[in-house]
This record gives sequence, C-alpha cells and structure tokens, in this order.
Amino acid sequence: MQASDWLQFALFLGLLTLITKPMGLYLMQVLDSNGRTWLDPVVRPVEKLTYKILGVDPQREQGWKQYTFSMLAFSLTGALFTYAILRLQHLLPWNPQDLPGLSHHLAFNTAVSFTTNTNWQSYGGEATLSYFSQVVGLTFHNFVSAAVGIGIAAALVRGISDRKTSFPTRSTVDRVFQPGETSSKTRSTVGNFWTDLVRVTYYLLLPVCVALAIFLVSQGMIQNFDAYTHAKTLEGAEQIITQGPMASQVAIKMLGTNGGGFVNANAAHPFENPTPLSNLIQMLSIFAIGSGLTYYLGRMVKNQGHGWAVWAAMMIMFVGGVLVCAHYEAAGNPIHQQLGITNVDRVFQPGHEDQTSSQTHPTGNMEGKEVRFGLFNSSLFATVTTAASCGAVNSMHDSFTPIGGLVPLFMMELGEVVIGGVGAGLYGMLVFVILAVFIAGLMVGRTPEYLGKKIQAKEVKLAMLTLLVLTLSILGFTAWASVSAWGVAGLNNAGPHGFSEMLYAYSSATANNGSAFAGLTANTPWYNTTLGIAMLIGRFLMIVPIMAIAGSLAAKQAVPAGPGTFPVNGATFTILLIGTVLLIGALNFLPALALGPIVEHFLMGQGQLF
Amino acid sequence: MMNPLFTELRPAILATLVLGGITCGAYPLLITQVANATFHDQAHGSLITGKDGQIIGSALLSQNFTAENYFHPRPSAAGSGHDAASSSGSNLGPTSQKLHDALKERIAAYRTLNGLTTDAAVPADAVTASGSGLDPHISVKNAELQAARVAKARNLSIEKVKELIIANTTKPDLGILGDAGVNVLELNLALDNVERVFQLVPSK
Repeated sequence: MQASDWLQFALFLGLLTLITKPMGLYLMQVLDSNGRTWLDPVVRPVEKLTYKILGVDPQREQGWKQYTFSMLAFSLTGALFTYAILRLQHLLPWNPQDLPGLSHHLAFNTAVSFTTNTNWQSYGGEATLSYFSQVVGLTFHNFVSAAVGIGIAAALVRGISDRKTSFPTRSTVDRVFQPGETSSKTRSTVGNFWTDLVRVTYYLLLPVCVALAIFLVSQGMIQNFDAYTHAKTLEGAEQIITQGPMASQVAIKMLGTNGGGFVNANAAHPFENPTPLSNLIQMLSIFAIGSGLTYYLGRMVKNQGHGWAVWAAMMIMFVGGVLVCAHYEAAGNPIHQQLGITNVDRVFQPGHEDQTSSQTHPTGNMEGKEVRFGLFNSSLFATVTTAASCGAVNSMHDSFTPIGGLVPLFMMELGEVVIGGVGAGLYGMLVFVILAVFIAGLMVGRTPEYLGKKIQAKEVKLAMLTLLVLTLSILGFTAWASVSAWGVAGLNNAGPHGFSEMLYAYSSATANNGSAFAGLTANTPWYNTTLGIAMLIGRFLMIVPIMAIAGSLAAKQAVPAGPGTFPVNGATFTILLIGTVLLIGALNFLPALALGPIVEHFLMGQGQLF
Repeated sequence: MMNPLFTELRPAILATLVLGGITCGAYPLLITQVANATFHDQAHGSLITGKDGQIIGSALLSQNFTAENYFHPRPSAAGSGHDAASSSGSNLGPTSQKLHDALKERIAAYRTLNGLTTDAAVPADAVTASGSGLDPHISVKNAELQAARVAKARNLSIEKVKELIIANTTKPDLGILGDAGVNVLELNLALDNVERVFQLVPSK
C-alpha cells in the first residue's frame, strides 16, 4: 500500500466513525413509535394515513411469534408480487427495449433474491430487465427488505434490553400468544412489525435516498426513462448505450445493503459509479446504517461501552480484511508479471518521462479493475461489500488473486457480521455475543448472563442452530454442485478456481450477500433453484430462531450486575467476541477454503495454469 | 398454526401496495424530475454530440479504437468489445490458461504497435480487461507509451500530443481519491480538433 492508499483508508474510517453516533441517535427516534424527527411535520400525516389503510394500531406491540408471522406474510406477498412482474414483463409498461418475460426459474431466483436482501443476479440487468421490472419489481424490495432487516435487529435489541422501567406498561401484551402475561412487570413484546417497516422506510431510507440519488446523478449517474441511445463512434461503428432510471435504484441498493446492480457490471460500470468520489460515498452508505445500529444497541441497553465494543470487534476484523486483500492485489500475479506487465501509474506526474522507473513499481493485478478506482479502492470496496452483505462490486472478484479473492469469501462465511447487512449484521453479531458470553460463563463456572438476563440452554441451542444451518447450506450445496454435471457445467474457470466459483456462489447466496465470482453461469434451472433455496435458508432460518431468542429474552427479568458478572464492554470482551466469531464462525470453512483459494495461491506461485 | 399467517396477509398486501406506490412510483419519478432539472446532461448519460448533431458516444464510456492515429482504450470483455448495452469483465481467474494466453498476445501486439523493445515493460491496464469492459480511462503511462505512434501517424510534434494527454487527464477527486487516468475518447476528440486547425492554416 502506498501513502495515498493509507490516506484514503484513514479518510474512509474517519468519516464512518463520525457518522456512527448521529446515525445511532436518529435510529433511536425512528425505531420508537413515539419518536420525534425533524421530518415529522411532512411525514407524520402520511405515516398515520398508512396505518389507517393497513388497519394496524402502531402502539400495539407484538410478541415474537406475532412479529414473525407479520414479517413472513409480508415477505411472501412481496416475493409473489415480484415473481408476477418478472414473468409478465413483456405485457407491462416501461419496456422500450421490448424485453421478454423471464423464465420460471430465473423469476423464482430473482424474486427470492431481492426479497431476502441478497440481490444475487443470475442475469445481466441491461439485457434482461425492463425499467418497470427494475423500478417496481426490484426497487420495492431494496427498500422493504432493508426495513425488515432493521426491524428484526430492533426487535432482538428490544428483547435484550430491560424495558420495563423506561416504558409504561400498558395493555400491550399480545393475548393470543402470551396468555397469562398481563400481570408481569417485564414486557415480553418485541415491537410492532408494521410500525418498524413503515417508520424505517419513511423516516430513514427514503429521505437519505433522495439526497444520495441526486448526488450520484451530479457525479454522472443516469436517471431517465429513455430508450437506449444509438451512437456513431469516431471510427464509424455503432455503439448502443444503455439508459434507465439508475440513480433512484442505486441509492437504495447501497444504503439498504442490497447490492443488485442496475447493469451487469454493477458499480464497476462508469454510469453506476462514475467517479472516485461517488465510490467513497457509496462505500460509506453501505456501512452507515449497520455501523449506526451498534450505537443504537448501546443506547437501548444503557451500556454505550457495549455498543462500541461490538463496533470495535467488527472494525478490527474489517481492517484486517482490507489490509490482506489490498496487499495481495497490489502484489499481483507472478505468472502475469513474468510476461512483462508493470503496474499502472499511481500518481499524476506531468511531464514525467522516466520509463525505467516503471520497472520498480509494484506490479498489481488490474484484470477486472477500473483505472479510476485503481488497486486500493477496488480492494477496499470488495471488503466493504462482502463485510456488509451488500454485494455490489466495483471490480470483478473472480479475477482477484487467490488470497485477494479469499478475503471477500471469508467475510461472507463469517456470517456477514462485520458491520453486516442492515439489521442482519447486528442480529447475526448478537448471536455471537450470546455465544461469547456463554463461553465466558463456562470458563469461570458461572451461569452466563447477558446484560442481566440469564443465558440458558434454550438461547444457546437457538444460537447454534442459526450457525449450523448457515454452514450446512454453504458446504452442502457446494459439495453437491461440485460432484454434479449441472454444477461443473456452469464454470468459467478450471482447477481450484472453478471450485472457488461454486463455493463463492453458495456462500454469497446463504449469507444473503449477492456478489459473485461472476464467471459462473448461474442462469440454469439447477443453479437458480438451489441458490434460491440457499437464500431462503440464509434469511428465514436465521430470522426465526433469532426472533425466538428475542422473545425468550424479552420474557426474562433482568437482575442487577454483581461482582461475578462478565462485563460486555472493554477490550477483553472485544477480543473474546472476535475469537468467538473466528473460531465458531469460520473454522467450519477452512477445509473448503484450502481446496479453493489457498491451494490456488500456492499453485500460482509455481506457475501452474488451468 | 397457519391461521395467524393468513390474518396477516391483509395488512401485508395493503402494505405492499402503499409502500410500492411510494418507493416505486413517487420516489423514482421525483428523482427523475429533479435530476433532469438540475443535472440534465449527466442524467442522460453524459453524451457527446459531433458537429453534425450525431451522437458520438458518452464521455463516461470507452469505445473501440483500432486506427494508428487514435489512442487505444483498454481491452474489453463487454459483448464483442466495448458494447455499452452489455457491460462485463472477463471473470478469468489468476491461474487461467485463457487469460495467460490473451495477455501474452496483447503484450506482444502492444509492443509491436508502439515500437517498444521485446522486453519493454507494458502497463497492466493496457493489456488487462476492465471490470465493466467500458473503462473510459487508461493510465498516464499507457498514454505516454502510445504518444509517439499517434504523433507520427498525425504528423504532430510529440510535445503537442503530450500536452493534450495532460489536458485530458482526470486527476484524483479532491486530490487524493482514486487514481489518475486519461480519458481516451476526449483525448482522441481533442486530437481531431487539433488536426482541423492545422489543416485550416495552409489553406489561407
């Protein structure tokens, strides 16, 4: 890494740290049904009208089962809605290129993909989807799947926090699911799904996206409903230029950590990421809400040190990932270097003519990367997008060096808990927190407690369930694909890199990331279906046990901390949490990683080609 | 057990319609209106129009150049090359035989075309495909290595060509963000404009 790289990295980390607290404080207001924001005069009437149309009482809190049922019903409706739009694309408006409807397996895969906040794309946007499908079918999920994730995280935090003192107990307990609960002083409810959904969309996602989209257009991003432009190039050839309502979709794609590109090349495309400045702002918007949610956690549990300890654990793993990725991408590929490649010029030097100096430059890996971003911003973006379950890419991960490509793969296999997807990152990390507290409790021989609430067999079993399901889906599907004709038929690369393509696909789908080693031809019935199932497992088989944990903890009485209580703030806890994530989360995947990127790294050093 | 799910379907359908109307109707239309009013050119693809009113291309997208008197962009894996309706990288991995062979061929061709020695170092960006296949930039080093060829083909002094390279170099945003790059289409347009001036002078 050069000096300018360190400077850019410091700028990114500094800005992220600065926005974490304001975002957390704003989330406190958004996720409180009585919260106050500066948007109230305009948005409050619309919010009230929405509840009226939906027929829900925003003040009536739900138990964990009720909340989960609402979420499942809403997700199912949304998935069917998008499936129908994609199948009937040719009959719907805003289709100037006359694109046909999608096949049943691609429509299933895409509808599931966007509903689960994955945004895996088995297709190239500009050649497959009409503007109507993009704007109505997909942008809708970019908003609401993000709002759902934030709502689930808030529900879990509400369950963890001891709310009986800060909120007056009203007759808010759900009588259908919690009979006999009315006299308890502890609230066993976790919030109202519809209130969270509406408030997050109206007060957080939409206002930020309006500002973000306009900024992105100022940088050169397109936003129109024109037909594709026919240009006649300087050498007289015809060039057809893609158009469309891109900025409005890209803003939420980043902020909501969705990541589904408007065009095939995603954020590598000069329209979808025109400048290094747009690149910086896009990376910050990927992390903004996830980072702010850790502050929200600290506020809600009245232990800000805990929020920062969780944040610090995330950031330490993130910085480590960036440094490894950037190092190996800058070091480059020895096989290609022997052919006579030098690195691109990093610094603008007018009149600089010393051609021999290029011999001493590091000879980085520019395949699949854009000149305006260069090696470092490509490595940084790759780590951000996989740490955060976004999945947008500004360079092609498939063409990364083996270890450079291992970093994004590893980030996903940790379970997307390094900042993570909006909401999903926090609830995933809190599973590890519960396990860390449990392990610490075993070590000192005490009943583990987390913020005064006892962690018992039920919570630990549920937490382990989410992790085992994740591992089983990733490794099981990868193993199946790698011994099947349909699996191997989709590969773009041979040897260990081909195995990495499959491992990356199922890691990305299960972790609800959506980025790809994009050489894989996944638009086949087998891949579309298995990846779709992996996405459903990764989303809903995570959420349901987590909601059960939320409900179980919500019903527990908090006891004051004693001398034997393990503190969940400070450096010791942060280190224990990182250790838990790495040992429990990642160890499962080491054998698979050894068969893919690790063996490829050593073969590359020996000049082996496939 | 399934009953609660069904009772929730009514608000679910209504929420889909209401939120859909706002996030997929009002929101994108608002952005389109504001974008068109404030940044019209950018919102429509930063298109460049020639003297005859014909659209030449986009300032943000590469297009193919093969003639000796033009600077050449990076190799492209978009469609059959620089296809602005089918963006793509090569997605070939580090141990790919196919990528290795392509690089070997491109490096030899680049050296021959630009009169370099057979062991001259070639800038990575000149022979590797970009992520989008539409990268509008090449590195400054890449442009400098092509300058002599272009100058000769156009009967221009190499100083003049290098002057134009500097004038068409995009510097890092805010001085530190990203890498410098030369916009190939804009540089080639600037070269064509120089030639017109030179042709006008003798005819006076």
